Amino acid sequence: MKVAVLKGGRSLERGVSLRSAARVEDALERLGHEVLPLEADGELVKRLGEERPDVAFVAMHGRGGEDGTAQELLEILGIPFTGPGVAACGRCMDKVLAKHEMRSSGVPTPDWFAFNETAFRELGAADALGALEERLGFPLVVKPSRGGSALGVKFAASWFEVPEALVSAFSYDERVLLERHVEGRELAVSVLGGEPLPVVEAIPEGGDRYDFEARYEIGRTSFVCPAELGEAETAAVTEVALGAYEALGCSGFSRVDLILGEGGPQVLEVNAIPGLTDTSLLPQAAEAAGMSFEQLVERILQLALPVATQG
Amino acid sequence: MSEPPHRRRAHTRTRDLERYAGLFAARTKVMRSSAMRDLMAITARPEVISLAGGLPDTSTFPPQTFAAQMTRIAQESAAEALQYGPTEGFEETVDCIAQVMAAEGMLPDPEDVIVTTGGQQAIDLIAKTLVDPGDVVICEAPTYPGAVPVFCSYQAETIQIECDAEGMRIEELEATLERLDGEGRRPKFVYSVPNFQNPAGVTMSLARRQRLVELARRREMLVVEDNPYGLLRFGGEPLPPLYQLDGGDFVIYVGTFSKILSPGIRLGWMVAPPPVMEKVVLGKQASDLCSSTLTQFFVREYFADGRWREYIASLIEIYRARRDAMVEALRTHFPPEATWTEPEGGLFVWATLPDYIDTEDLLAKALREDVAFVPGRAAYVDGRGHSSMRLNFSNADGDEIREGIRRIGKVIAEQVELYGALTGERPPQPSERRTAEGANVLPFRKTAGGGE
Repeated sequence: MKVAVLKGGRSLERGVSLRSAARVEDALERLGHEVLPLEADGELVKRLGEERPDVAFVAMHGRGGEDGTAQELLEILGIPFTGPGVAACGRCMDKVLAKHEMRSSGVPTPDWFAFNETAFRELGAADALGALEERLGFPLVVKPSRGGSALGVKFAASWFEVPEALVSAFSYDERVLLERHVEGRELAVSVLGGEPLPVVEAIPEGGDRYDFEARYEIGRTSFVCPAELGEAETAAVTEVALGAYEALGCSGFSRVDLILGEGGPQVLEVNAIPGLTDTSLLPQAAEAAGMSFEQLVERILQLALPVATQG
Repeated sequence: MSEPPHRRRAHTRTRDLERYAGLFAARTKVMRSSAMRDLMAITARPEVISLAGGLPDTSTFPPQTFAAQMTRIAQESAAEALQYGPTEGFEETVDCIAQVMAAEGMLPDPEDVIVTTGGQQAIDLIAKTLVDPGDVVICEAPTYPGAVPVFCSYQAETIQIECDAEGMRIEELEATLERLDGEGRRPKFVYSVPNFQNPAGVTMSLARRQRLVELARRREMLVVEDNPYGLLRFGGEPLPPLYQLDGGDFVIYVGTFSKILSPGIRLGWMVAPPPVMEKVVLGKQASDLCSSTLTQFFVREYFADGRWREYIASLIEIYRARRDAMVEALRTHFPPEATWTEPEGGLFVWATLPDYIDTEDLLAKALREDVAFVPGRAAYVDGRGHSSMRLNFSNADGDEIREGIRRIGKVIAEQVELYGALTGERPPQPSERRTAEGANVLPFRKTAGGGE
């Protein structure tokens, strides 16, 4: 098959995308496919039109590639593509929207408030921040609504740290959320074609926050897969993860990040196109399930094709 | 120094790299990197005005000179220029180094000089020669961002001493040394960039130079003087290098051709006392046997016609105009709460914003405006520097500098206004702007969480 690998783009996660794409390209070559690496730039649509690949492997993260933009173009061009469709990407990318969807579907997610920058600049929303302490308590987590990885995510231990954290989060998006901080184990459930893979637990070393650095750097965070969970815990975590995957309309593959606290699992976010780098969690989960990286890539590819042609 | 150009493919065969994770040496865990490198990858887009790099302007080096020199080398010394050379470097290269050092008042014994692959290798060899895991290395705060990974990779415990407008605060250094005495620890060396420091742009005062050298002699403590920019002075009076003040007993000197000729030739040097040099030579043998023979021939040819000082003079004129353009733009476009250094030479301005602005997050915003800088954290080992930034003025022309600073000023103004809206604090009005002279004092941050 002729497989276009879409990568790069202008997103802040460009570097991660290039690393994901490099691995995917290698795997596709070993699988015997004709690989067409495509940088997501001004020539993308033209190249896709000229080359007419059988399928596009979307190895992009963040804006442009994970938010439905690239998927929309691929739909217009009639090229099948890997991962979730336009609507699911849009829902996953926007954490506030995703949380609303999850809550209305009964998927547990920590309490939150969302604010637009305009609300602070023009509507005096700062006066509403007083309610935070009562409603969410401290510490709380401040996040850009649409942001990849952990860029711009800050913890506010007290009221005094909130404005600074908001300024950081607003650097990435005009909408931010303030979320109740849930103490617990950090888990990720990758879902492949509707089936959950073994749960991965991320254990930050030296008490580091699970930040952008750690997330992509070997040695800064250790990962355990399958996570050491009891049978009931595993079932509860998996059920919640699948609920989130379905609530957001994902297909193909995605990764659900959760916290397992005292009150059971709660979903933090769903990554429509999780990383496929050497330190990424989806490939680790697949390996724990007995799949090689090639098998994972091949399966993702099959899921992208129309049902009639799926082998 | 700056990031090498981004490779199109991170790995040609990345097959299951995580399987190698268990093989990595412990020191790789303390190598810093990654998120910033990913962000910096974006700065390579052609439309981005990058004030982030540390690149000298090589565009005015005459191509005819380059061609003529290389032709002469090919015609007259091809076999030799293509061969290995001595580990210490050629005598002729050392002669050129002696000329450069003499221009700053230093007269090293040629026996004490080793040619290295850039100044960076000199720093690496010094650390390799002197540092065991856990040893203390002292440097400035902020320090050269490229030194941080070197110290980290040899697992040094790096202690940073605050700088102000006169460079490293020697009082604080003395207090730190006394504290270390109490713990029975002796630092392996003190690393300093006394002239137009990277990143802060400040120059160590004569009084502090003298005190530092005295301290080194009294304590028999090594000082590493890294001086890439000393000859690129466009204002004020030259000050004697630490090496000259000390005479070379306790000061190890690091120099480079990168900023006065070309970083592409990858040639620097080190001057060290003979017992240290002996070990350094062994270290260099293990690292790369010798530095490039070909580019040493290039340097030899270049110095033969005696016009190297003219070229430096032309660089000084270019950089002075660019520094002026940057400082002027900062006055126009940065908010009253911001401060910055006004260097008398070198390549960098260091700007500090209000405490509530995190320059890593600001960079994400700035990149949307197609402009880049280096966030201050890169110059610290301990997470400080979050509201500072390094701005390079040597590798962009005046118009680009003005436009770049305007764009950064715009995103800062948005942050300041937002913070004001969040806290009810009224941002200072332009009439309350401090005078430019007031900006001479560096408001370098103290340790996180306040307190000294």
